[in-house]
Amino acid sequence: MLYREAGQFKTTYAEDMAIFPIRQDRIALAVLLGIAFIGVPLLATFHIWPFGSDYLLWAILLPFLILALAAIGTNILVGYCGQISLGSGAFMAIGAYSAYKLVTGVHIPLAWLSFAISIPPLPVFASILLGGLIAAGVGILFGIPSLRIKGLYLAVATLAAQFFFDWAFLRIPWFTNYAPSGSVNAPELNFFGLIVQSPIERYLLCLLLVTLMALLAKNLVRGNLGRQWMAIRDMDIAAELIGIRPLYAKLTAFAVSSFIIGVAGALWAFVYLGSWEPLAFSIDRSLQLLFMVIIGGLGSIMGSFVGAAFILIVPIMLNLIPAELGVPLSTETIAHFEFIIFGSLICYLLIKEPHGFARLISIGKEKLRLWPFPY
Amino acid sequence: MPRIARNALILAAVVSGAVVSAPAAAQNEQFIPILSYRTGPYAVNGAPYANGVADYYNLVNERDGGINGVKILVEECETGYATDKGVECYERLKSKGPTGAAFINPLSTGITFALTEKTATDKIPIITMGYGRADSKNGAVFPYNFPLLGTYWSAADIAIQHVAKELGGFDKLKGKKISLLYHDSPYGKEPIPMLQVLAQKYGFEFTPTPVTHPGVEQKSQWLAIRQNRPDYVLVWGWGVMNSTAVKEAAAVAYPREKMIGVWWSGAEPDVTPAGDQAIGYKSLMLQHGAGKFPVHADIEKYVYAKGKGSTDSGKVGEVLYNRGVVNAMLGVEAIRKAQEKFGQKPLTGEQVRWGLENLNLSEARIKELGFDGMLKPIKISCSDHEGTRDGRVQQWDGKSWKIISDWYTADEPLIDPLVRDVSGKYAADKKIQPRECSKES
Amino acid sequence: MIALGQFLEVLIGGLMSGVLYSLVALGFVLIFKASGVFNFAQGAMVLLAGLALVRALDLLVANGFPLWVAIVLGIAFAAAIMATTAWLIERFVIGPLVNQDGLTLFMSTIGVTFVIEGAAEMIFGSDVYPLRLFPTDAWFVLEDVFPGGILVNKLDVWGALIAGILVAGLAIFFQRTKTGRALRAVADDHLAAHSVGIPIGWIWFVVWLAAGLVALVAATVWGTKLGVQFSITFLALKALPVLIIGGLTSIPGAIAGGLIVGAGEKIAEVYLGPSIGGGIEYWFAYVLALAVLLVRPQGLFGERIIERV
Repeated sequence: MLYREAGQFKTTYAEDMAIFPIRQDRIALAVLLGIAFIGVPLLATFHIWPFGSDYLLWAILLPFLILALAAIGTNILVGYCGQISLGSGAFMAIGAYSAYKLVTGVHIPLAWLSFAISIPPLPVFASILLGGLIAAGVGILFGIPSLRIKGLYLAVATLAAQFFFDWAFLRIPWFTNYAPSGSVNAPELNFFGLIVQSPIERYLLCLLLVTLMALLAKNLVRGNLGRQWMAIRDMDIAAELIGIRPLYAKLTAFAVSSFIIGVAGALWAFVYLGSWEPLAFSIDRSLQLLFMVIIGGLGSIMGSFVGAAFILIVPIMLNLIPAELGVPLSTETIAHFEFIIFGSLICYLLIKEPHGFARLISIGKEKLRLWPFPY
Repeated sequence: MPRIARNALILAAVVSGAVVSAPAAAQNEQFIPILSYRTGPYAVNGAPYANGVADYYNLVNERDGGINGVKILVEECETGYATDKGVECYERLKSKGPTGAAFINPLSTGITFALTEKTATDKIPIITMGYGRADSKNGAVFPYNFPLLGTYWSAADIAIQHVAKELGGFDKLKGKKISLLYHDSPYGKEPIPMLQVLAQKYGFEFTPTPVTHPGVEQKSQWLAIRQNRPDYVLVWGWGVMNSTAVKEAAAVAYPREKMIGVWWSGAEPDVTPAGDQAIGYKSLMLQHGAGKFPVHADIEKYVYAKGKGSTDSGKVGEVLYNRGVVNAMLGVEAIRKAQEKFGQKPLTGEQVRWGLENLNLSEARIKELGFDGMLKPIKISCSDHEGTRDGRVQQWDGKSWKIISDWYTADEPLIDPLVRDVSGKYAADKKIQPRECSKES
Repeated sequence: MIALGQFLEVLIGGLMSGVLYSLVALGFVLIFKASGVFNFAQGAMVLLAGLALVRALDLLVANGFPLWVAIVLGIAFAAAIMATTAWLIERFVIGPLVNQDGLTLFMSTIGVTFVIEGAAEMIFGSDVYPLRLFPTDAWFVLEDVFPGGILVNKLDVWGALIAGILVAGLAIFFQRTKTGRALRAVADDHLAAHSVGIPIGWIWFVVWLAAGLVALVAATVWGTKLGVQFSITFLALKALPVLIIGGLTSIPGAIAGGLIVGAGEKIAEVYLGPSIGGGIEYWFAYVLALAVLLVRPQGLFGERIIERV
């Protein structure tokens, strides 16, 4: 009854092509953004339930936003362009370490030319974006094999990127500015004179970036480029025959995806962890991102958010519930149960809805349209 | 419709878990979080440690009714040795209980690095007994970090002292080859700068050899060792890496007597998988070793006899179990010290920090606590958050660890410049104004 | 002469450890061949098989059974566990997911990995359990030719022998038995196989069982090498490049891939590693796989991928 398109007329092409052509969707999104941008910070400022402590903000919302961003990046490559990647973690790491290098100043002595490349320390914001750009560049490089290798073979080939960069950031001391332990610290988060310190500020910063980039991604996938990607995904030979250049389409997908993942990586390191080592971007992270994308729904920006929420929050819930209910189980048993339940949930979801939450949402919308008279 | 309904129901069930209701906390309780890992590749070493910690807190509650009447409230959180999980656990537990977490003990160098800045902001001390960042010994820069009983730099120095003793003097080190086989992570890399300083001072040839996490594959490293024939191999491993190192050493016939593990590479799970091949393997001791002391009798009497123990009683007294007990005891004593100043009530992390910084355990007090023979007296101060830097060396005889050396004390004048250097750089990076320790009371 | 001896030693050591990876990779190949599922859970299955075996062995030996009886019973018990697992996976995960695309199936096996890891450790414990079925010391051969001899690990030789027997057995199974032929038919086209009366559910159960038994064999060797513990699951990641080089569908390819990866990564680590910082073998195996794929996108022995519009 509430969710009805009847009476919403589109009189211009622009209205017809809007991201959210249905008024109710626009209202829902506005409410959601309102809660995220105004409601949450307000509640958190006055420490009103459930923001009594920083926990929800620090340990759930912040990682959720950043990983959702990374999931959007992964989704562009895997969901929209159909190139399976197990190297997303590495691209996060590239974003993080490049941003770190740029923010602390780059100095490459080229002894044999008696010449050195020196870049003075850049502001944090520029470093984060440039970190993303560097990740995009490396993404293009590692995207080249995708022109020849397909499917699961490609998935394993992308692991080459994963393990290579794991190693590089661990073993090449230049990347960590010769830190003795190989662990590096984030710089002060100074955005145009504004110092981001408290959890609320960090949250707002990430929220702003994530919203902007999600919007960017949504518009990209609706446009020419996105359609090329999807054509390649659905059948690359056919796409080639109708005049889509696979080289261009695949490499742009790698570039855009790596850029977003790289920015997410820089945020993960600078804003969330504050101090990190390559293990923060290991193969587990890549698998986690792939999970988010598949559970959330391949080829859906919205799905990336839902998937990120599911993968991140369910294990924490599973861990919290027994403690809250007072079940007398040892931590060990709870941890094992967590594994079992989480694994079963994933299998269950895949069996019930192989297309993920995005599909569930769209089915739900269809039902809602007809409700309460579904004839 | 039914499928949707069912799915929705399941989702609702999951989400409703999000509505977390805080249980009514009793007022006279001191909350201490335990970050543990009982699953994953490092569970083998993480579990006994966590058991020791949990049992000692239980003992204090059961035997003494808490710390001067203030009951200890614990909650465990599983980190799986993963940094991001550790941060999540910390955020979840830091403000529980009436006064928040008294201190935190992550048992992971990676998590320590990630938490160092957060704990300073939240004013919660972070105890890293025998691990963590070596430069945090300098309490002027790291007011909330406490690498009690020994850092990796002390460990490196003690190991070289023992090598020198076996060789018959420091002058004999000249021209010798010493390899470091290390876990490729901040943990394994920490000792390298110290060993480089030592190599320069004594003129031995030092080769670091990394082993990729988790360390199940070391064949190439050991084939290289077989070719280079180093005089000693220092092992800086954790979890499966330790036992694999011992086995691979046996496979290339490298004498186990010439291997010295750090104190995290010298527990029962590190040698038992290798069976007889581990005989002769040596490791440093973080003061204590395996075995039972008066405190264990109390643990058996008050905890295990009541069925409240967290492991089977056969494992009480293992190396890592004992380390957990020692760690918990130092934390409890710090709280006791802080209570002298702030009153016998639940204390905040900031108050416990004062207790830690002024912790002073005499030999008599250690004996009173039942740790006679496990520990040497320890005194923490503003400029020295390590307290003591003593260690011994033990050797595995196929059944148990035997102590084979006297006490060594790490060479402070040698380590201190490095501590000052690295911590000074951290302070500059983070724009921290170091405290002036001479002015602290 | 010393240099040559050392090189041979590294080469032999590498080839041998490559064969040990192949043991794990074989399980992947079996399942992929018959059902198109890229089974990420193979590493977890090795852990489960190893834990079941070693716990049963310890219990039986503690109760006074002679060692050989304990070994036979322990293996039987572990095999039964693997059969149950295979049945459960086929019944509850792979069966319902029939006809889904490869990525979904791959993800579901990661879900299965979580379940197996959790359940195995909950039931059998999460400690490290030593297993000693094979000798683990070394021979030093050709000592009169090369000073110090060439080191050959006995366990590696056992592993290679077992892998050889396993491959021969699997080849006979696939070529000569009725079930084996049915398996190949299902692998080719499961709808066609179904319509000529081959029970697909049963065939998939057999395949998962076979993979489970291969995992058990791998567990005996790797369990002796490392002790049975959680870290065994990481073998899956070491087996992937082996698999890719050999081709996802080829049993001999798994062995060949193992030999290439093993020799390549050990030589790279020992001779290239020190100059660029060491620890390179993990990614070197993958880069090797990538290089092979660029020349042959279906791996060395994989079936050619023919695409039609």
